[in-house]
Amino acid sequence: MSDAPPLAARGLVKRYGGLVAVDDVDLTVEAGDVFGYLGPNGAGKTTSLRMMLGLIRPTSGCVELFGRDPLLAGARALDGVAGFVEGPRFYPYLSARENLELLADYDGAGTRARVREVLELVELADRASDRVGGYSHGMKQRLGIAASLLRRPRLLLLDEPTTGLDPAGMRDMRELVRRLAAERITILLSSHLLYEVEELCNRVAIVRRGRVVYEGTLSDLKATAATHYRLRAADAETAARACATVGGIADVRLESGDVRFTGGDDAVAALTVALGRAGIGFTALVPETASLEELFLGLTEEHDAPAAAEPEAA
Amino acid sequence: MGAVYRWEIRKLRAQKRTYLGLGGAILVPIIFVVGISTQHGGGPNDIPLGRAIRDTGLATPFLVLFFMSIWGLPLITALVAGDIVAAESHNGTLKTILTRSRDRGEIFAGKAFAAATYTLLALLAMTAVGVAAGTAEFGWHPLVSLSGTTVPPLKSLGLLAASTAVYAWPLLAIAAFGLLLSTATRNSAASVVGTLMFALLMQLLGAVPGTEVIRPYLLGEQFSAWHGFLRQPTDWAPVIRAAWLCALYAGVPLFAAYLVFLRRDVAGE
Repeated sequence: MSDAPPLAARGLVKRYGGLVAVDDVDLTVEAGDVFGYLGPNGAGKTTSLRMMLGLIRPTSGCVELFGRDPLLAGARALDGVAGFVEGPRFYPYLSARENLELLADYDGAGTRARVREVLELVELADRASDRVGGYSHGMKQRLGIAASLLRRPRLLLLDEPTTGLDPAGMRDMRELVRRLAAERITILLSSHLLYEVEELCNRVAIVRRGRVVYEGTLSDLKATAATHYRLRAADAETAARACATVGGIADVRLESGDVRFTGGDDAVAALTVALGRAGIGFTALVPETASLEELFLGLTEEHDAPAAAEPEAA
Repeated sequence: MGAVYRWEIRKLRAQKRTYLGLGGAILVPIIFVVGISTQHGGGPNDIPLGRAIRDTGLATPFLVLFFMSIWGLPLITALVAGDIVAAESHNGTLKTILTRSRDRGEIFAGKAFAAATYTLLALLAMTAVGVAAGTAEFGWHPLVSLSGTTVPPLKSLGLLAASTAVYAWPLLAIAAFGLLLSTATRNSAASVVGTLMFALLMQLLGAVPGTEVIRPYLLGEQFSAWHGFLRQPTDWAPVIRAAWLCALYAGVPLFAAYLVFLRRDVAGE
């Protein structure tokens, strides 16, 4: 049991009638990971998180949290696990402190003593006696983090925690996630914001229409892309013809007066020699690695119909 | 389950609808007494103890029990029982509490006991205020039972306690039905209205000609089981029938609600 990863999903499927919200998702979040669950809106991220927290039943497949299936082990499977889906929700007619005391009592012995500590951590201690109904969206998000930290989680599942926050709030939330990760809390962060995931996460799963289309590190993802080059020559058309004759150079095309192509390091070195021998002068030969955003869009939009809206309720 | 129950009670204490229901239960006997006092002539002659309303204040709570069984107490009960799960669905707090360290069964039990506590409290408050208001206006005198015998005030109070206890059974069955609607529909307004409709339907069925054979087994009829205590000697038949019938009327929806709560998908709420 102790060797089990914090989170493992195997063959996870959720269907709502004819709509497949989550389609055969396999993923493993290892201890210490800040794992990005990345995809456009409606890709099935929230539905996946709901299944991970035992809120909804998978149509097929299973989830294990530290080796325990929430559907079989009930609340015990959530030992050491905390988080929220679709934004944290609280009782509007109770104060922040009362809300946390309620959750602490639901969590059991020893948790109540941490209420003040977590309120201070998210900088809500001075508003703790106010009713949550009067809180701003950002304050509720921070209270959601406080509610999660009450449980001293080893695994934290956060569903788009910066959604709806102003720039300062987003910065503070990301800083908080970084601090938690530094305390060795494993984090699964669902997001549709590429830069957020790039900034915070060491590993990612990219989802498209309910399916995981990539799982691994972002640097590995970048490495999967062929390197593009841009060549600026005095006679672009002749240079393009010369490029096409060199082995290992592909996708040669003329763009805005420049020659663009893909190729490995050896092929490009051979090209420079070939251009020199052919007497074709050039003023620039620049490698252009595909941006992460291009890769992300390529993975999530390629041959894709508009994503189905994620169901609000079963 | 203790912690869940305590917080359910605390949540009820923080909500306006709780005070609306309890306030109604307290005000009705007062309005009733004021209404009777300002009228000339006797009381309502066609209902049990109606003629005795001005003879002793102890008749007041019995009459209020009778009048409130039609829709008053079912509505007060439905206000909380129909809302207690649906409101959590609406607020999105169900997912908040279901991702802590309590099993669904425990949370359901806490909610069911809290709804029952509120229902009983409303009934007790109504009866107690009925005794106080009635006695203040009409005095502390012996009660004439349905068999025509005279019952001393203290013994009448004992009969009222027993009657209230039996009266609570069909009320708890209505609460169980409200809890089922609240769990299954996830819609507070629909659950409150649906519960009230159910209670009214049970009363209507008993009034429709041709239903005489099933009438003793309808839920609405069980609100009259306490009449058995006001007869000399005590007529236990309606009380015993109310006990097992109300157990059925409460048990079936309660168990169904439990199963729905245990298995339901909590999505978008």
